[in-house]
Amino acid sequence: MSAMLDVQNLVKLFPLAGGKVVQAVNGVSFTINRGETLSLVGESGSGKTTVGRCILGLIDATEGDVYFDGEQMGRGRNIRSKALRGRIQLVFQEPAESLDPRIRIGETLGEPLRYLGMNRADRDRRVRDTATHLGLPERALDRYPSELSAGLQQRAGIGRAIITRPELIVLDEPTSALDPTARAEIVDLLIRLQAEFGTAYLLITHDLSTVRFVSHRVAVLYLGSIVEEAPSETLFAKPLHPYSVGLLASVLLPDPELTRSSAIQLEGEIPSPIDLPPGCPLAGRCPFADARCKTEQPPPVMVAPQHFVSCFHHAKVAALDHTTDNFARFQEDSTRLLSVGAG
Amino acid sequence: MATATAGAAQAAPAPKARGGQRLRFFLAVLRARPAFAVGYAIVSMTVLIGIIAPWIVPYGPLVADPNVYLLPPYAAHILGTDGTGMDIFSRVLFAPRVDLTIAVLGTLLSACIGSSIGAIVGYYEGQRTWRTAIATFVMRSTDVLQAFPVFVFAIALVAVFGQSVRSIILAIAFVNAPIYLRLMRSQVLSIRRMRYVEAAYVAGASDISILVRHIVPNAMAPVLSQLSVNIGWSVLLTAGLSFVGAGVVAPTPEWGSMIAMGFQNVVTGQWWPSVFPGIALGLTVFGFALVGASIEVLADPGRRRILSGSLS
Repeated sequence: MSAMLDVQNLVKLFPLAGGKVVQAVNGVSFTINRGETLSLVGESGSGKTTVGRCILGLIDATEGDVYFDGEQMGRGRNIRSKALRGRIQLVFQEPAESLDPRIRIGETLGEPLRYLGMNRADRDRRVRDTATHLGLPERALDRYPSELSAGLQQRAGIGRAIITRPELIVLDEPTSALDPTARAEIVDLLIRLQAEFGTAYLLITHDLSTVRFVSHRVAVLYLGSIVEEAPSETLFAKPLHPYSVGLLASVLLPDPELTRSSAIQLEGEIPSPIDLPPGCPLAGRCPFADARCKTEQPPPVMVAPQHFVSCFHHAKVAALDHTTDNFARFQEDSTRLLSVGAG
Repeated sequence: MATATAGAAQAAPAPKARGGQRLRFFLAVLRARPAFAVGYAIVSMTVLIGIIAPWIVPYGPLVADPNVYLLPPYAAHILGTDGTGMDIFSRVLFAPRVDLTIAVLGTLLSACIGSSIGAIVGYYEGQRTWRTAIATFVMRSTDVLQAFPVFVFAIALVAVFGQSVRSIILAIAFVNAPIYLRLMRSQVLSIRRMRYVEAAYVAGASDISILVRHIVPNAMAPVLSQLSVNIGWSVLLTAGLSFVGAGVVAPTPEWGSMIAMGFQNVVTGQWWPSVFPGIALGLTVFGFALVGASIEVLADPGRRRILSGSLS
């Protein structure tokens, strides 16, 4: 158990009226090593945010174990216990809502240190030091959240997370509420902070363009199950699960001229996670689905080191000649155009 | 260390400048909303009069001169005299001492009790089975309390505790506490789901720190506004209790008991012993209601921004 965070068979069910249950997370397992970024990607409703919240103990998981630094987390040893305080942090999607509107930014930044028992002078020094790292102007520390732009608010949110020098930060859609410029700056900041402090990230997002730049490994979540997990380049270059192929093909490109080609067209919408049928969660939408897919849940298969796929038909997907790495295509295209311009 | 102290010293002037800014903003608000200014003027005048009454009144509030009983307003007694020959003007000016003390203390007491219980109930409700059970019990108890007509309930409490200023204060506190309890609980229920509360949780804050630092300050706006409106109501309740004879005892200068003492005379045409304290009472309640309305706007960051946007 060398991994820093080890999540095993996490299940979260939300009971509904009438005896039905929302199966938000159905047996998710993954690990994160020190200094590594694992991205959890999926559509809205795939359960990715729920996974993050279960790990932090903001909601209680129905089943499953979470180990942090080799020890199990639970009621006796949660994120607020002295042993874990400040070691796992969280950055939210909504920068404005994540900052207390009545507390000055500087005070908000220093707050986690207060719970570590640091005195005021040390806290102030650390806050100023962190603000420099964040590119947060010093006068912003004296402001209230509503007086800052969304980009600066998100910097403050990240600052509050990084200030305790945590080992793991759960980033819950940290860029999706920001405009593209602010987004790029925040992504840069996250990469820089990771290089400097060696923090591990669990990046929860649907923003595939961010994922490609920051993550070491990617896990694709569909209806509460991880359908594929692979190193970032592998997944973007050669996804083996039909859903991953479909998801990656849906990436919006900054150039509308580039046509998207995908061998797999997923039909329909993500089904409701209420009372899921047995079998592969994608069975209803997958062109390869057969009788077995509808009755039996495909187990994760290791197809290459660190590359796991939960699909009976991954060989068929591999056999297709498809290009999903639209970014690579876009990049190639831009390089070509630029070289033409230069010549 | 040295640098940190120096930094703190440099930062010190900033809050002062901010204070001046706040005062300017407040004055601009009063110019834009004259009704608020009227409210603040009435409330501060009432308080001021209550404080300086002994130095400005022409007669003692309990001095009865049998030679001048039930005289209409004239030069020596500008608001006339009542049936026992006491000067109505002096008594009307003395009354805020009793009425406001009772109302302010009673309301503050009820706000402290009600909102602290409400905050705790709101925070723990729905967490574990037994905590929810306690919360449900508290809420249903307040339902029972609130089901009684306020006035009848207050009379019953005064009857139980005995007729004194202290028991009127207790009665007011008791009658109003459920309002604050509900108000605070509903605020806390929504605020405890806010992202910044979760952030504090993840940062390791204890339940008490979360409540005191993040939830209660953000839940205070409606409580403060309710407080001011409620002081007005409590003045009315005090006067009402005194009017029916369950409140302040007769010769004490108090608007309600003055109205009660004079109301038989109204029928026979001597309206002044009741009408002047009635006007004073109505104005005071109105003033507190206006102040409450202004606090509601000023303490809500969203409405405050809209207001400051309309000012510039």
